[in-house]
Amino acid sequence: MSHIGNILVIDDEQVILDAIEKICGSENYNVEGSLDAKDALEKLEKKKFDLMLCDIMMPEIDGFKFLDEINHRKIETPVIMTTGYSTVENAVNSLYKGAIDFIPKPFTADELLNSVSRGMKYFEIQKRINESSKLNRDTALIYVPCPAKYYRLGYAAWVSVENKGTALIGITDLFLKTIDAVSDIQFFKIEEEIIQGISCLQITSADGLIHSVLAPVSGRIIEINEELSKNKTIIEKDPYFQGWLYRIIPHDLNYELKHLIPCSSDRI
Amino acid sequence: MFNKIGFKLIVAVGLTAIITIGVFAYFNIQRQSNALLAEVERHANQLSETVKSSTRYDMLLNQRDRIDKTIISIGSQTEIRNVRILNKQGEIIYSSHKEDVGKMVDKRAESCYACHEANRPLERLPINKRTRIYRIDPDSSRILGIISPIYNARSCWEAECHAHSKDKTILGVLDVTTTLADVDHEIKRGEIEIVIFALAAIIALSFIIGFLVRRWIDKPVNELLKATDQVGVGNLNYTIKDKGNDELGKLAGSFNVMTQKLSEARMQLFQSDKLASLGRLAAGVAHEINNPLTGVLTYSSFLLKRTQDNPELQEDLKVIVRETKRSREIVKSLLDFARQSVPKKNNVNINEVIEQAVSVVENQLTINHVKLERKLDQNLPQVIADANQIQQVFINLLVNANDAIGKGGGIITVSASSLSLSPYGVAQIKRAACPKRHDLVDNEFKIDGLPAIKLKAKFNGNEEIIHLDPVYGRRAHQYLKEVDENKKLNILCPQCNTSMNEENSKCPKCGSPLFSIPVPNESNFEACTRVGCDYQHWESVDEAGKKDYVEIKISDSGCGIPPEDVARIFEPFYSTKGQKGTGLGLAVIWGIIDNHNGTIKVESEMDHGTTFVIRLPLKQK
Repeated sequence: MSHIGNILVIDDEQVILDAIEKICGSENYNVEGSLDAKDALEKLEKKKFDLMLCDIMMPEIDGFKFLDEINHRKIETPVIMTTGYSTVENAVNSLYKGAIDFIPKPFTADELLNSVSRGMKYFEIQKRINESSKLNRDTALIYVPCPAKYYRLGYAAWVSVENKGTALIGITDLFLKTIDAVSDIQFFKIEEEIIQGISCLQITSADGLIHSVLAPVSGRIIEINEELSKNKTIIEKDPYFQGWLYRIIPHDLNYELKHLIPCSSDRI
Repeated sequence: MFNKIGFKLIVAVGLTAIITIGVFAYFNIQRQSNALLAEVERHANQLSETVKSSTRYDMLLNQRDRIDKTIISIGSQTEIRNVRILNKQGEIIYSSHKEDVGKMVDKRAESCYACHEANRPLERLPINKRTRIYRIDPDSSRILGIISPIYNARSCWEAECHAHSKDKTILGVLDVTTTLADVDHEIKRGEIEIVIFALAAIIALSFIIGFLVRRWIDKPVNELLKATDQVGVGNLNYTIKDKGNDELGKLAGSFNVMTQKLSEARMQLFQSDKLASLGRLAAGVAHEINNPLTGVLTYSSFLLKRTQDNPELQEDLKVIVRETKRSREIVKSLLDFARQSVPKKNNVNINEVIEQAVSVVENQLTINHVKLERKLDQNLPQVIADANQIQQVFINLLVNANDAIGKGGGIITVSASSLSLSPYGVAQIKRAACPKRHDLVDNEFKIDGLPAIKLKAKFNGNEEIIHLDPVYGRRAHQYLKEVDENKKLNILCPQCNTSMNEENSKCPKCGSPLFSIPVPNESNFEACTRVGCDYQHWESVDEAGKKDYVEIKISDSGCGIPPEDVARIFEPFYSTKGQKGTGLGLAVIWGIIDNHNGTIKVESEMDHGTTFVIRLPLKQK
């Protein structure tokens, strides 16, 4: 049986390499492990990978430096960050530096596989975009990028600042394209707090996988999109306007926006 | 004993008494003996006048026998020693001592001296000069002599005997001497009485003063001494009982308040230290433990996936996965706890935060029949705080209060008001830059959760990085090596080596040079370059005077906290809720408040309820 994807795992703990290898191997991924970032960079030179899983806390070159190095070398393989030191800062920082996802340790086999499956989809989409742009086709046919005035955390969640001091939060079309059809959305309640970099929503897709969405900014939820909770398909039709998730009163928008990627930069 | 304040007071009062009573007694004795002598003198004078007038007639008749008899009978009285009549030549003509008659008296003898000074007989003698007091020999009693001149009179030269011619003024002298033995005895007795009285008064006074000093000064001072000794060895729970209401009582009272405040401050510091190190430990442990937990969770959840056809195994594996996930949550709360060091602060209206927190727990309160009373000052100024974290604090405290009340129902009171406190030991240097504008605040290095001021210190040619405590007056500085406390440091910017020493200004405490760190928007922060000296001066902050705080009190009518638990409730992992909680709640709260430069304390009375008092610094004007 042929592999459905090549994954490079970088972690200084052998047991974690083994575990990921086993779990992903059972789903027919080909997994290679590196105990440090240097070894990983060497492996990347020899072989192309579809996805990377990288620990943050590592001796010598840590996960952030590794991300910088990847960007520097223009390696396009998407990276999912993991760390035992799962602080909000680490999560937000990883996503800001170009990682596509962040899985706090310890994680279950399902959490890992869900993230990996999204990562693989993401890689496929990137490949298709590259091919399309080579053929000068409109990439917007593949997914709709988020509006210019929006900000995004990683590629998954967006935030749009409203005039009254409130903000809207939603998920990107790209994220929706990396998962199967949405079958259920588990919202937080009104008045609950969401914190930047910490899960604020769970989406169950048609294939039964549960995907956590990390909140792009911190704040208090004052409104939940009722239309969306009644009709889940809205989010797929119009993820940026009608398909918003929460209206919140942000706690410290100016500070937190600095760690988000402005969507306007996607269009250059 | 001789250094005791009581003894000194007794000596001082005793000496004053000795001097005043002594002077009084001296003059009293003087006056009394003078009065007695004057009385005797007057008496003797009267006597001599009596002798003169009783013998006058006999004199005129020249009846010498009768004169003799009169003089002898007068002279035989006990007090009267001698009665003599002398003529102008000094010959004794009559005397109560028969054998003296016909003897000559030396004009230079004591009895004659008053008149015959410079060998010139006096014509007139004033009455006070006519008496003399003398002793025959030092052992005998004193003698008072009074001479009374017998003047010539018309009847004398016209008398038949023609003994005296008309041109003479003085015919002779009557000399009466009386013994002063009785008077002397009387004076002596008076003296002794007064001395005894004086001594008794001095002793009584000293005893009374001694007793009062003991009661009013010695006892309370000893009590105070004992208390300071106790505090000196670290027993800050010592309080002075029965204080009284005089100045020493008030001193004891303020001493009690001081030790209480000290004990609270020590508690806060202790917590702060412990939490800071625990935070680092927790972060380290969380990281270390998360890796092996990842191994367990990934393998077990993977097995769970793979063995779906084996229900027996599934049950067991589910337990493993569930418990590992539980461990994950515990580690997560540990990390939350370690993470509080970076609050995202904003202007916050505390009343709004309280309302938000209340709205979260309101349902829970209603179920328990708990009434919530708000006493919020609607004019509270804004606080710079992380609204999220502060809300977490209030929610936690409200939930705790609700738990403490239980199902029976009760009242929770939330109050918010503002108050003023002095800046020393509270104000924090939040920003600092060297004269060339290099940032000196080291966010990587924290002292009690606050970013330290990073400086380079130069001494004896060595260079070293030191971290200055950012809290004004607290001085929990961190040195890499141990530095002798008498070392004077040259303080440099770690980036550009610009010296911040001010050689011209001297420390008012020890005279060493000062260094001065520019603080944006504030005056320079000055401190002594000598390691052991505690002088710090921050003018603009001092001038700003007391800083304002918002005080939030959350009281419940619940079961209260046992006194032995009160001291420990802010410790991590200390829980009274058994399995229900992780014991991190109040420790987290403490950390959050500490990171806001605030303080939290608890007052609790068993079965009456608990009050948490939080103070947060207000936004500066």
